Amino acid sequence: MSDRRRIVITGAGWVTPMGHDLESVWQRLLAGETDVAPIDRFDASTFPTTFASQVRGYDWTGFVENPTMHGRPGMHTQFALGAARQAWDASGLGDSDLDRHRVGIYLGAGEGVLDFTSYQRTSLKAWNADAGQVNTVQWGDAASRHLDGIGEIEQEPNMPASHISREFGIRGPVYNCLTACAASTQAIGEAASILQRGDADVMVSGGTHTMLHVLGITGFNRLTAMSTRNDSPQTASRPFSRSRDGFVMGEGSGIIVMETLEHAEARGANILAELCGFGSTADAYRITDMHPEGRGPGDAIRQALANAGIDPSQRLDDGRPPVHYISAHGTSTSENDSIETKAVKRVFGDLAGEIPMTSIKSMMGHLICAAGAVEFITCLMILRDQMIPPTINLDEPDPELDLDYVPNVKREAAVDTCLSNSFGFGGQNDTLVVSRF
Amino acid sequence: MRRRTVITGAGPISALGVGIDAHWDAMQSGQTGLGPMTSFDPGWYTCHVAGELEADSFKVRSVVPKSYRKAVKVMCRDVELAVGAAAEAIVHSNLSTPGVDHEAGFPITPERLGCHIGAGLIAADVNELTSAFSSSLGEDGEVDLGTWGTTGMENLTPLWLLKYLPNMLACHVTIVHDCRGPSNTITCAESSSALSLGESMRVIERGSADACLSGGAESKLNPLNYYRQHSAGRLADARDLEPGDVVRPFAENALGTALGEGGGLLVIEALDHCTERGGTPMAEVRGYAATQSPTHDGLGADADDIAAAITMALRDADLDPADIDAVVPFGCGIPVVDRAEAEAIKRVFGDRAEELELVLTVPYTGNCNAGNGTIQIAVACRCLQEQALPARLNTGSVECGLKAEPRAAGPASLRNMVVLSASQGGQNTAVVLGRCE
Repeated sequence: MSDRRRIVITGAGWVTPMGHDLESVWQRLLAGETDVAPIDRFDASTFPTTFASQVRGYDWTGFVENPTMHGRPGMHTQFALGAARQAWDASGLGDSDLDRHRVGIYLGAGEGVLDFTSYQRTSLKAWNADAGQVNTVQWGDAASRHLDGIGEIEQEPNMPASHISREFGIRGPVYNCLTACAASTQAIGEAASILQRGDADVMVSGGTHTMLHVLGITGFNRLTAMSTRNDSPQTASRPFSRSRDGFVMGEGSGIIVMETLEHAEARGANILAELCGFGSTADAYRITDMHPEGRGPGDAIRQALANAGIDPSQRLDDGRPPVHYISAHGTSTSENDSIETKAVKRVFGDLAGEIPMTSIKSMMGHLICAAGAVEFITCLMILRDQMIPPTINLDEPDPELDLDYVPNVKREAAVDTCLSNSFGFGGQNDTLVVSRF
Repeated sequence: MRRRTVITGAGPISALGVGIDAHWDAMQSGQTGLGPMTSFDPGWYTCHVAGELEADSFKVRSVVPKSYRKAVKVMCRDVELAVGAAAEAIVHSNLSTPGVDHEAGFPITPERLGCHIGAGLIAADVNELTSAFSSSLGEDGEVDLGTWGTTGMENLTPLWLLKYLPNMLACHVTIVHDCRGPSNTITCAESSSALSLGESMRVIERGSADACLSGGAESKLNPLNYYRQHSAGRLADARDLEPGDVVRPFAENALGTALGEGGGLLVIEALDHCTERGGTPMAEVRGYAATQSPTHDGLGADADDIAAAITMALRDADLDPADIDAVVPFGCGIPVVDRAEAEAIKRVFGDRAEELELVLTVPYTGNCNAGNGTIQIAVACRCLQEQALPARLNTGSVECGLKAEPRAAGPASLRNMVVLSASQGGQNTAVVLGRCE
């Protein structure tokens, strides 16, 4: 481990429901604000859930050099291009002399948005009610008149990475992973692993996603995973609260630029933080439920700490716990918040209660594949400003959940090391450790 | 020094059957698996030919433990293929997990078994969805979202969404085989399998697992995904052709590709772990590299970047072009992709390119998209083990100066082989496999 290449972060950007630039959204998070509101992208007024945390007023074309080069990108790509531009510009890499085969991308991007209106039109035109199936010859014919085939290809999950490579001329290793809510945390961890192996000097990483569309909301409503607090959208995302009833759908993108320390120092880059540890496990338990004891999440946290050389039971010389902030997965579902709390307590034992742990999902909603990256970037801001954003809507604590969730009001704190958790539907668990450089 | 990795098990699955023997036998006799498509009536499309498993040759119920049979109801085709491949690969490697009845096998520690599976953008079953749509029609004959929100969506089973998340391949496989190590889902079209192998190798090298199930599986043989491929101009116009005459890799008169359902999983294992348990390696993973073609627009590839991948993979393996005796190109029959691949091979291997044996898999199985690379790698492993080459199928006229014309199966002296991919989206990979004496 001692001779392992050190990995630093030199740029960050995001496109979120609370704004499209790093600083203003950060200030809003500290202030405990939220923009959760009724969905207006389609008529969801009769859905079990009628509200979401929606990106508004965003125009991707202002973030790219030449929009025509990108054709008609899907919404996931549009978000990613804006976040990537911010991160790339902040890193200053545009001005440096780069071997483009030594620059890679690892995103945890979700799929794009199926054109629902055209899809249902196509499918219903070909529907044979008696047979209980579509006539696929008629379907193809109807699709050719209603469904934009090239637009559909843009919905592939590797397209955001492809467009980012086009925008910045990136020609090194390019990956996209899709592990639901864990995707972008896993992407950042594996991007670091690529740098450590020496397969690249620079990696653009993070995630992007929207499931804020008819079939996305339908799917999560059928799973009864989303809050149905339709009379009060802004208090619906209430992680760790006794009255939590599900997550709030968000969307957006978070992208960072990572480099080997050697590469960053050689070009005199501004270093934001150091990525010190990564842990990744699978629950291998059930397709819907988490292991009741938080087996997978606990192991991911333990591995990440071990990878960073941190003993969770040892106080620092100044008496503080070895970790000073935990960015919780904190979805506001009954299951996640209690199992995550349990896992953290098992790993940190008596020290768990001394570590502030918040969920910005209380304000931002759940950005699914992009959630981990946006939360990781929040950790970078916490390390910079020594200020922890609150978990809002936490006015009815759950008596079973007794960690320090920093309820409702931000807090100044000495934070040198953060832990960021993401746990995906399907059992992927990923944890990152990031420290002040 | 890097931890060495070997391939100890192969579970390819395609129109040729289940398992490496079925694949090898068909490829010895030169018997294509392509035939008239039966998954749905492709009458509207110009390509009526596909690689499909024979209905009787594979039943997913028979390859999962009794206790897991209920879960097959929520497996889409892609998941079935992955679950079938996993059992095959585990037994072939002579490991044992709770998912296989294989008492002779070596029981691997769950926490030390990872899982990396390439997957595609999975299309929801059009009949299931349209049936639900038809319960919510407005006066205009289209879905009325008001009705859909109140009652229509209830026609979808609560777990509907979970059938189609790309990470469900890995989710089911990790549950069945109790893989609790790092688990990921790579979604980069035809490069997904090889990128998964690269990640498994990296995970084992860094010590996060001792073995990984690694590969990919996909079926685009459904109306929506078939339409996407058709729209991108990737499919051959096969209206007047026999199934065996459709895919013509590297030919002057190549027409495009045909699709297959399939892929597979491999067991990638640390050499030290394999040796300790007395396992038998098929081949060593000696080198690996990935690059990106940033100019990619859905249909294309770039010789420079494919060549760079090969050169970097050879460097990673510490080998020269002269050490390579055969290449398994993607060779999908799409002219622009083939041309880029051919040019890259000539650039790296120079005069030797003319003598280098090519192994072609797509004329046998069709392009299995996210799963394709696993079939290529599995066949290459068997070539190295047997010191033999399969029969090469090609009905096109090859004038590119590469050995892509038809040939019979036969013995060959093979030290090392290179396996290539170039994806829709611009991701390229090169894997260097070496003979294990």
